[in-house]
This record gives sequence, C-alpha cells and structure tokens, in this order.
Amino acid sequence: MQQLLNGIFIGSIYALFAIGFTLVFGILDRLNLAHPAVFAASAFVGIELVERGGLSLWAALPIVFVFGAVLGLAIERLAFRPLKGRADAHFAGLISSIALAGMFIALLQWRYGPDTRRFPTGSFPDTRFEIAGAQVTLVQVVILAVSLALMVGLTYMVTRTRLGRGMRAVAENPTAARVLGVNVDRVTAITFAISSALGAVAGVLFAINVNTAQLGMGAAIELKGLAVIIVGGMGSLPGALIGGLLLGLAEVFAVQYIGSSWIDVIAFGLLFVILLLRPQGLLGARKVREV
Amino acid sequence: MSEPILTVDDLRVSYGRVEAVRGVSFQAAPGSLVTLVGANGAGKSSVINAVSGMLRPAGGRITFEGQDITRTPAHKLVGRGLVQVPEGRQILATLTIEENLQMGAWHSGGRGQTGGEAAGSVEAMYDRFPVLAERRGLPAGALSGGEQQMLAIARALVAAPKVMLMDEPSMGLAPKIVDEVFRVIEEIRASGTTVVLVEQNARRALRAADHGYVLQSGEVVHSGPAAELLADERIVQAYLGVDSAS
Repeated sequence: MQQLLNGIFIGSIYALFAIGFTLVFGILDRLNLAHPAVFAASAFVGIELVERGGLSLWAALPIVFVFGAVLGLAIERLAFRPLKGRADAHFAGLISSIALAGMFIALLQWRYGPDTRRFPTGSFPDTRFEIAGAQVTLVQVVILAVSLALMVGLTYMVTRTRLGRGMRAVAENPTAARVLGVNVDRVTAITFAISSALGAVAGVLFAINVNTAQLGMGAAIELKGLAVIIVGGMGSLPGALIGGLLLGLAEVFAVQYIGSSWIDVIAFGLLFVILLLRPQGLLGARKVREV
Repeated sequence: MSEPILTVDDLRVSYGRVEAVRGVSFQAAPGSLVTLVGANGAGKSSVINAVSGMLRPAGGRITFEGQDITRTPAHKLVGRGLVQVPEGRQILATLTIEENLQMGAWHSGGRGQTGGEAAGSVEAMYDRFPVLAERRGLPAGALSGGEQQMLAIARALVAAPKVMLMDEPSMGLAPKIVDEVFRVIEEIRASGTTVVLVEQNARRALRAADHGYVLQSGEVVHSGPAAELLADERIVQAYLGVDSAS
C-alpha cells in the first residue's frame, strides 16, 4: 500500500510533466525539448522563492506557474516561431529547442552553481496521515491534488472552452483555423505558455517530493516524459496521465521487489512491452498522418 | 451603382517569381452577387485569398467599407465582416459539427460552450440546415461532401458576414447537390449579404450573379453585367467552354 501510494505521487508528477510535452506535440506537431530545462529551472526558482523570498511552498507555486508560462512564451518566440516557415521545421525546432535548453541550464549553473540545492529546513509541514496502514505526508497529498487539479483543468479547457476549440482547430488544420479568424500565432504562443507552466509546476513538485534540485534533473526526466507520451499515445492528454502513473508505479515496485539498480530496466522494459502490444500507444488514435 | 462595399484595384499576387495575379480590379456593390470565372489556374483563388487576408498581395489596393485592408491579416478581417468559405471546404473533421459552427463565432468571443449571440446564430443554422442539427454531436468528418459544404457555408454565416467570399463551392459535388448549394447562395444574397463567388462552373455562376469578371492568366479579360456576358457568344465560346450541361 505504501509503495502504491508512493508510485502514484511520483507518477502524478511524471504525468504533469508529460502532459506539457504532449500538449505542444498534439497541437503543433512539434517536440519542445526545452521543456525539461523549464522543469529544472523552475525547481531552482521555487527553492529560491522559499529560501530568499520567505514565501511558503504554496505561495511559491502560482509564481512558478507564471514563471513557466513566461519561459514558454520565450521558447516559442526564440526556438520555434522563426523557423515555422521552413520545410524542415520539425527537425529544426527540435534542434533549436535543445540549444535553448542548453542555454537555460548554463544560466542556472551561473546563477546557482553546480551543487544540489534543498528547501530550507522547516519549509515542510510535518503533518502526516495514515491511509490503510501507509504513511502519507501532507506534502504528498498536496502534490497529488495540485497535479490532478491542473490536469483536470487543462482537460476541461481543451475540450470545453473556446480557447480549447481554437487549439484543436489549429492542431487539425491551421489554414482552416486562419480562415475562421483564429490568430494562429497567438494560439500557438498560448499553448506553449500553458505547456511550460505545467512543466514548471511539475519541476517544483518534484523538488518538493525529493527535497533536492539538481542541474541534471531535467535531463533525468526528459526520457521518462518522452516515453510516457509515446506509451500514452502521442498528443493524448489522458494517455499521458495514465502513462505517467504507470511509469511511477513501475519504478516504485521495481525498487521494492527487484532492486534499485533495475529501476530503468523494469520501467522502460514495461513500456516496450506496452508498445509491442499497442504500437499506437494506450490511447493513441491509429491514424494516418496527413501531409 | 451605390458606393461599393469591396473594391479591388490593380491587385498583384506572386508566388516566388511566378506572377499569378497581374493587375486585377473589380468591385462589389452592397448586396450584390459578383462572380469571378475562368479556367483552372486563371488566378481566381489567389484573388480571393488576397482579399480575405490569407495571402499577402505583391501590389495593388483592397478596400472594404472604405478602409484599406490590403495588408490586414485574415484574423482581423473575419470580425469586421469579411468572411471566406475556402476552397475544398476546410471543415475541421475531428471537431464535432457543433464545434465547427462555434468556431464560426470565434471572433465574437463565444466564450464557454455556448455564448449569447453566437449560440443564437448556431441555433439559427440548425433551423436552416436541419441535416446538421440531427448530427450536431458527430465529428464533422462523418458528413458527406455536400453536407460538408453546407457546414462550411453555415460556419461562415455564423460569423455574420457583410461580404462572403466563396471559393469553388460547387467543386466535386453531384449536380443535385450543386443545385442546392446555388439555392443557398441565392438565399444568402437575398438576405442582403454581398457575395463574391469564384467558380469554374461559369455558366451556373453567371446565371446567379449580377456582375461577372472573366479571368485569364491572372488578368481580367472581360467584365460586365452577368447576363450580357452570358449572351455574348464569343465570350461563351472562348472562355466559358462548351459544357453547357449545367
């Protein structure tokens, strides 16, 4: 039971991170590889807000959300928009976003140094609950609640609101969207902002969960996030949620029953098995890509 | 002729070095139906796309309601009442029929699921096109070609156009459906909306229109009241083809 809960907590962070990834991919057909750098940068900024700004953890979250959104706008403007007219825009955007990620990490190193950083002692309330014999901290409950709330909010936004309809219209057919009066550039920028805001919150939650932030934390979650969106079905929001939770659970149970050095073998091995059985991903549509 | 609602003056459109439109001029009086006809590749669609802001003209001047819109992008024109029904319909196949219609109200900010005035006109479209009402919750890709054309027209009407630009609305449709499309076009015109119609089906378009322009290789080679163009044997022979089937 304890492991199940731990898997769900870490899985919800993976899911939140991956949903940011898949949102941009599903709508714009672009992989934004600066997303992991946003994840890392936000963890550091979150710690600084608590440490120097004297804010509580919970007050820092909305600020980090906005910080992530601003980074998303910058990523779109710098790494993607200048390239959008190119025939090889997919590949070019991939590379330029990696380059931008490298710059973000270098700036982090300049600002914060190479060392691991932690929240100051006493930042976490030590309230604990017992659920069916398992220990759960208030912090973990909040992590789960924030992740779920953001994912539910995003799903509602995409499926039910005007902006969400516009995003889906741009995803399917940018020309048709323009004819209908949609400012495609603006919808694209908003999509990046939302995506990065979610990645930023995921970064802080991750740092809260393990009480560390490291320069390499983005690179560590990058492959996991990509695996999650492939397994969930590229562009599928619920697919990313389920994929994230599965990965979190697989990791935690691998550590528990097999040994921590097997964690990646088991977790990624499971993802390969899923893809063998369902190549389009758990919730991916089996669609022919239109050119 | 009253003050034209739309004036195109010496319009030029280029794709790289290829000049597709070479100095086209035409105008539309409020409430009239104007048609641009001509063979495939004559530059008709380029003209329409330049007017709607989908393409940036290389030269010339476009005026809508007395204001210069030559370089105004499409997303700013829809809200002002200049709305295009694009070639090939461009419906959003993965969105539902209802969502396609709501997208027509994008500029008026139909926030939320159904919003005020926009919802009213979506409802009005269901009254007008009952086939859409029956299937409002289905993905638009499930509709037949003719139904998709009706959806594309209805979606443009939700935007409350003053001028409706229609690009080849009869293309690829069965003759019976073409009749229906033209009936709807005439209704739109009768309701006071100005229509600029681009058609390969020239006879059909000229029969419906007040005024016609014949395009060839990016230039206007003839223009005049539609009935006169139709009555001129030489024009009919040279430009409109002999397929009098429709």
